[in-house]
Amino acid sequence: MFDLYGFGGALALGTWGTIKIMVYALGIGLVSGLFGAWAKLSGIRPFVWFTELWTLVIRGVPELILILFVYFGGSIVLGRFASFLGYDIYIEINPLLAAVVTLGIVFGAYATDVFRVSILAVPKGEIEAARSIGMKKIMVLRRILIPQIWRYALPGLGNLFMILQKDTALVSVIGLNELMRNTAQAVAFTKKPFVFYIAASLIYLAITTITTFILQVLEKRANRGVGRAS
Amino acid sequence: MDLQIVMEYAPEIMTGVVITIKLVVVTMILGLLLAVPLALCRNSKSRWLSIPVYGYIYFFRGTPLLVQLFIIYYGFSQFESVRESFLWNFLADSYWCSIIAFTLNTAAYTAEILRGAIKSVPQGQIEAALSVGMSPVKLYTRIILPQAALIALPGYSNESVLMMKGTSLASTVALLEVTGITRNLIAETFMPVELFFLAGVIYMILSTIMIWGFKLIELSLSRFRTAG
Repeated sequence: MFDLYGFGGALALGTWGTIKIMVYALGIGLVSGLFGAWAKLSGIRPFVWFTELWTLVIRGVPELILILFVYFGGSIVLGRFASFLGYDIYIEINPLLAAVVTLGIVFGAYATDVFRVSILAVPKGEIEAARSIGMKKIMVLRRILIPQIWRYALPGLGNLFMILQKDTALVSVIGLNELMRNTAQAVAFTKKPFVFYIAASLIYLAITTITTFILQVLEKRANRGVGRAS
Repeated sequence: MDLQIVMEYAPEIMTGVVITIKLVVVTMILGLLLAVPLALCRNSKSRWLSIPVYGYIYFFRGTPLLVQLFIIYYGFSQFESVRESFLWNFLADSYWCSIIAFTLNTAAYTAEILRGAIKSVPQGQIEAALSVGMSPVKLYTRIILPQAALIALPGYSNESVLMMKGTSLASTVALLEVTGITRNLIAETFMPVELFFLAGVIYMILSTIMIWGFKLIELSLSRFRTAG
């Protein structure tokens, strides 16, 4: 269909890099989102304030600025912090780490509210009932809480993951070898920008299509045995 | 954090704010003008209208804005026929390429928001309007769109803030809006912490103003909200 002038392999490699960034960032995002939800629900003032500030910043500042800030400013901030503690060291920020942490933290900020609402949606009576028949806390978590939180949170998390996927394109600005950057290199070599950027867009489209399908399957599984309002 | 540097470079970065606001306002107006007919086509019973529009929305929502911008800014330069046509006046200019990419992108998201809102207008009202002999144009301008606008507003407000943040991508095609100027200044001074902090604060102020603006519009429109 497409003549990729021998750059098909570079695009495939870039796609693999993009997928890795997505998965790592998703992991960080889920963990930090759960932490944020816990912090907000805990009612412990400093934690609540920290989470509020975090979500406020993420909602207001472009992802591109955040990525550039973490990558170019991160080592300076860490260096200043180290010298504040009395150490004199230079800390280099790895681009992959900067990209994955930034995208993960963006995901986590939005996921905080998704998890918080999902946790609150589990009826209190069910937990009390489970405790009253002698279920241990761990068992309540595993059998009552997690399956329901998962079911309530899945659609919201799915939307966030679609946004995360598209945001991975931004990390090409800090020189990671992912799909956008490898595409730009192919363009620089062949002078065929239209062909390659269209090819890249079709790859992104394929990734989002596959994710949409997987999310549908997961949602169906999560909702097994649940009656639907007509 | 050296606040003196922040103060020193603030005026220069503020010149980018004008460009950022221009990008946002032009994109929002053009995007909305494009989104309304797209939403109507998407809801249309004719497949010839709904399927191509679905394809358009699917593409623009399924791919990164950065690729869309690069297809328009770098992509079309591949063709000599484009470079020799009048289109080149726009496609060689990073400002217009940004406007085109952002408009096409936000129109796709907005059309999807509007489509859902139009569908949520109660069928009974539409039947009632038709039964008293309202023309389809009046039906839309008097019954459907005013109510759909109110339902779509929260979603549209979110989309507008996301779009405003998206305008920072214009810096990748060398447009000197807030992010572009900030990046240039950092290349000169190597003060990333202070200058990105400043840019971040500017974007946060802009998004807060936008969110307040939409709250005000929602408040003034809610008098149209039907009781019950």
